[in-house]
Parts: sequence; structure tokens; C-alpha cells
Amino acid sequence: MKKHSESTTHFWQGNEACAEAAIAAGCRFFAGYPITPSSEIAEHLAKRLPQVGGIVIQMEDELASIGAIVGASWTGAKTMTATSGPGFSLMQEGIGYAFMTETPCVIVDVQRAGPSTGQATKCGQGDVMQSRWGTHGDYSAIALSPNSVQEMFELTIRAFNLAERYRTPVILLADEIIAHMREQVTIPTAEALEIADRRKPQNSEKAFFGLEEVPPMPSVGDGHNVVVTGSTHDEYGIRVTADPVVHRKLVERLNSKIQNHAKDLSDFETYNVENCQVCIVCYGCTSRAVYEAVENAEKKGIRTGFIRLKTLWPFPEEIISKMAKTAKTIIVPEMNLKQLYYEVERAACGSARIVSLNKIGGSVLITPEELLAKILEVTRND
Amino acid sequence: MTETFSAQKYLRDIKPPFCAGCGAYTVTNVFLRAVHELGHEDLSKFVFCSGIGCSAWIPSPHFLADSVHTLHGRSIPVATGIKLMRPDVNVVVFGGDGDIVGIGLSHFIHAARRNLDILVIMVNNMVYGMTGGQVAPTTPLKTKTTTTPYGSFEHPLDTAKLAAAAGACYVARWTTMNTNELKESVKKALQMQGFRFIEVVSQCPTAFGRRAGFKDAGEMLKWFKENSLPIKQAEKKSEDELATRIIVGEFVQRLRPTLVETVYQTIKEAKKQIED
Repeated sequence: MKKHSESTTHFWQGNEACAEAAIAAGCRFFAGYPITPSSEIAEHLAKRLPQVGGIVIQMEDELASIGAIVGASWTGAKTMTATSGPGFSLMQEGIGYAFMTETPCVIVDVQRAGPSTGQATKCGQGDVMQSRWGTHGDYSAIALSPNSVQEMFELTIRAFNLAERYRTPVILLADEIIAHMREQVTIPTAEALEIADRRKPQNSEKAFFGLEEVPPMPSVGDGHNVVVTGSTHDEYGIRVTADPVVHRKLVERLNSKIQNHAKDLSDFETYNVENCQVCIVCYGCTSRAVYEAVENAEKKGIRTGFIRLKTLWPFPEEIISKMAKTAKTIIVPEMNLKQLYYEVERAACGSARIVSLNKIGGSVLITPEELLAKILEVTRND
Repeated sequence: MTETFSAQKYLRDIKPPFCAGCGAYTVTNVFLRAVHELGHEDLSKFVFCSGIGCSAWIPSPHFLADSVHTLHGRSIPVATGIKLMRPDVNVVVFGGDGDIVGIGLSHFIHAARRNLDILVIMVNNMVYGMTGGQVAPTTPLKTKTTTTPYGSFEHPLDTAKLAAAAGACYVARWTTMNTNELKESVKKALQMQGFRFIEVVSQCPTAFGRRAGFKDAGEMLKWFKENSLPIKQAEKKSEDELATRIIVGEFVQRLRPTLVETVYQTIKEAKKQIED
């Protein structure tokens, strides 16, 4: 590819934007297993990554795919895999392992309609809770939710940056609509992109698994004698599985290094939040219907606002609970049978009425008309 | 080489977790002796991967080296990522039979097929030892285990044959009685490229021997000695005659383009395409 001194404009598919963003973020190892609707990410990277000296390998399944990216990450490389619901389920053991071993990596889940094989080619938003609670044990997730091809690019880069900064797996929770549609994307120059890299240990540092919130991460093969284990371990990586203090200290730190930074991690777009009677809390493909619905509701004299979440996990409780104090009704549109709804309800804590608008079936998105009808319905007696 | 061998040089000062009489001690000792005889002063040229089970604890955290103790069955995928990104280091996987050819079997076959440049040492104790002695894919027919109280009704897997068929560059099987042959095998394998597999039939007196009718580790070793059959002699025997025997020796030794070679060749070609 030619070197550009200015930003460039492309007409890309969401999956293509994700793949290009991974390269721009510094990803040099991708392992995956084919699954609709994510396969274009692997296909695009298979062509492009070797051109920049990177490796793409198709593994025998998703268990192996996540294993390979965790291994490669321990050599100092930025790594990624991409999958969809059924594969995401298989990857949960590896996500837990990456969390426990503090291995930066990016897992793209292009959601389709489940459960099980479900509608392989159709859109759904049913993995919201799996992205939060999918692996076993006490776990904290970072999951980002793009709603355009441009955001597929931007949030993929952010996913890598957060993985490196927090030394943890980060999930890009996309969906079939965003992954398969084509839109204009503007790419800044390489110099203009903000790229984060993990902190490497200085000579004297040996505590690769503790003593500070995000410890430095050595690479294997560099003579650090690093011990990596998914079993409960002390600050030096040595397995200690029968000491309650060691377990508590480790697992509390792993969770708090994410939960304590929920505010830094939160990322959202808002409109008219301080002054609305109806607020729509939305994310991903579903949020694309919100702009028109809000505009039309305002034309009818209904004070309407929205909060569009770009970070789903950790959940941005603060902005939701603040908004709930002034809004009368909150509508949560989702292409599932209520998932983020309950989280909104919890954050609102009884301050506002929470109404869901759910649609499953795959081919049919929630339309601006349906959303407007819901806004009119909930404000009828206001 | 002239220096006398001391396993301690390569080990962390942590008490080993294995039961008295466990074959893991032998495997540890023989492996480190091979490393010593190859002239390695330390383990800095190695990265060790292991899964879950007693044998996974041979390197982790005991070897004074980089070691990645992974999930049950997933040591080979993790090793894949490490070896491809760091082709200059020697990646060695240690695992038990349950880990490598039970839960991790698919990865094992595919790594052999790809000719991934790693050495896999499978300590085959014919049982799930860490969990208390349940039947494994390698348990001999009719053996009593905690989950086969009337004797196992399944045929065991011949992992060495499988590795050879799947495409490994080097395959050998020894028992913990064949320490010298095993050491020479490890030395040979460590100097080769591609997928290398060594199976060590090993005694687990605690979780296997007790229920299978062996009084102690010594009796198990005697059983290994009496039942082992060199591969050349085995060729002349019928399948029935071999059913209860442990065939030992080198099964395969060959050259094939390795995964590291083919992957980096692909990168070279891709880079050339964009330059043209």
C-alpha cells in the first residue's frame, strides 16, 4: 500500500474496516476459525497481514484460536481473533484464561441470532450478557459496541489500546448489520492515530502479576523466566492454590483494575439527556434507528433524548442513573429478549419507568417508525 | 559437558508436588540431563508449555525458564502462537495422556499435520491421575479405575502410531525403564525441526497402580520391563500378541517442510507481491 501523508477515504464493509484497524493498531498475529458473519475479517487479514510481516493462521476450532492468540501475545505481539455466537461460546474458557493471566488480546464477536446455530446469517444482539458473564468465576469484561463502519475502525483500535493498557482481553461486540454493511470510512494518517503499547518490565522488575494495578508484561523468550498460569498465583506467577489471601488479592485486583476505571472506560454519545422526558438507551445496529425517531418525536413536541453506548462493559452506571433522575421514561430497544434492559433498570434504581422494545427474527431491524410509536405510546398519558 | 550434571541448576527451589514413586521424577531428570548433555548452561533458549494434570507440573513452575501453564488440553494451541511469533526459541510441550490425547487430541493431530516446530513429551500414565484415577483414552482394556470399577471396556489409543500417521517428523515411545534411550531420543528430537513426539509410558502408583493390581512403583516398572517389546521384534508379531505389550523404539524420523518454514515463506511471497 502507498504511504499517505493525509487522511484517506474508503468505501469499506464493517469487517474490512475492523481488519484494517487491527493492522493500524499494530496487530501482527491473527488466529481464527471460519464462522458467519465474521469470516471476512479472517479473509481480509489473511491477505493483508503477511504483507506487513504478520501471521494469519486458521486453527482447528475456536478453543485453539483463542489459545494461539494468547500464546502469541506472550511473545509481545498484538493479537486478535474474530468469531460469532457459537464460536464465542467456545472461546469463553480462553477468555477466562486471558483474564487470569493478564494477556492483552482482542476478541471480535460479530453477533448473529442465537441461541445455538440459530440464524447463522442474520443479525441479533443476544451476546450482550455472554460478553459480560460468559466465562466462569469472578470476572470483569471490557466490551465495545460499534454502530457504523467508521466506528468498527475506531473501536477496533480502541480495543487494542485498552487491551494493552489494562493487560486484559477486550471484546469488540459487533453485529451482523454493522459487520456486513458498507459505508464511507475516513482513516487518519498513521501519525495521527493514538496507539498504546503494553508496559515492558525494567531490569529489576520481577513481579509480573501483582504489586501494582497493571503490572509490566515481559515476553517469553527474552530471559525473564516468566511463569504464566491460569491457576491462582502470587505476584511472581508461582501457583498458590490453597491460600485464601493469595486468591482474594489476585482476583480482586484483576476485577478492580477494570471496575475502578469504569469512568475512563465509558464511551457514549448523548443527545438532550438533561432535558428529556423520554430517553432511549441504545447500542449497536439498533441505535441507528434512534436518530430519526428522536427527530420525529421532537417534531411532535415530545422532549426526547438518547444515550448511545459505545462501551457496554463496564456498564456506565453513572450517566444512566443521573439521566433517570430527570427523565420520566427510559426506552431500551434491543434485538434480543431483554439483556441490557435489566442493567439499565438496575442503574436507574426506580427513578424512571423502564420500557423495553425487543425484536428478534433476524431479518427485521427495529425501525424508526416502531421506535416513534413506542415513544408516543409511553408519553400518551404524560 | 565436562561439568557434572546437576538437575538443581535448571530448577526453581520449590518442592516437587509428585507422589513417591511417580514417573514424573524420572522424566524431569532425563529431560534435564539431555539438555545438559546438549551443552545448555540454562534453559534460556526454551519456552515450555503445558496444560492441566500432573505432567503439566513438570515444567511449571519448576523449570527455571519461561513456562506457560495453560488450560486443560490447550498447551499445543498456545505453543503454536508462541513458536510462530518466536521461531528462534525451542518450544517444548509437556503433558499427560488425558491432556494431550483426551481433551486436547484435535490440537495434537493438527499440530502434527501442520508439522509445527515443537517437541511434545507425553507422559502416559494411562489414567487421569490428578483427579483421582479415572479411565483415560490410553487405559488398557479391562483395567480397573475409579470410573471403570468392573474394568475398562474401551480400547486404548496408540498415540505414537497416530502421530506418525498425522505427519510428525519424529516419533518415539519409551517407558520410564528406558532412561538412556529416552535421553538419547530427547537429545535427537531437540536438535530436529518440525513436529516431534515422544511418548513416555510412566508409572502412577497412586492413582493407577493401586487399582490395577500393582503393589508399588517397583512392580509397575517390572511390568514395563517385562511387557516392553522393541519395535523390530513387534513387526513379526500378530495384533493379538501385541495387545498387552508396550512397543518401544523410534517409529518415525523424517524431513518435511515445517510450519515455521512455510509460514515465513508465505510472508516473503506476500511482501514481494506488494513490492512488485
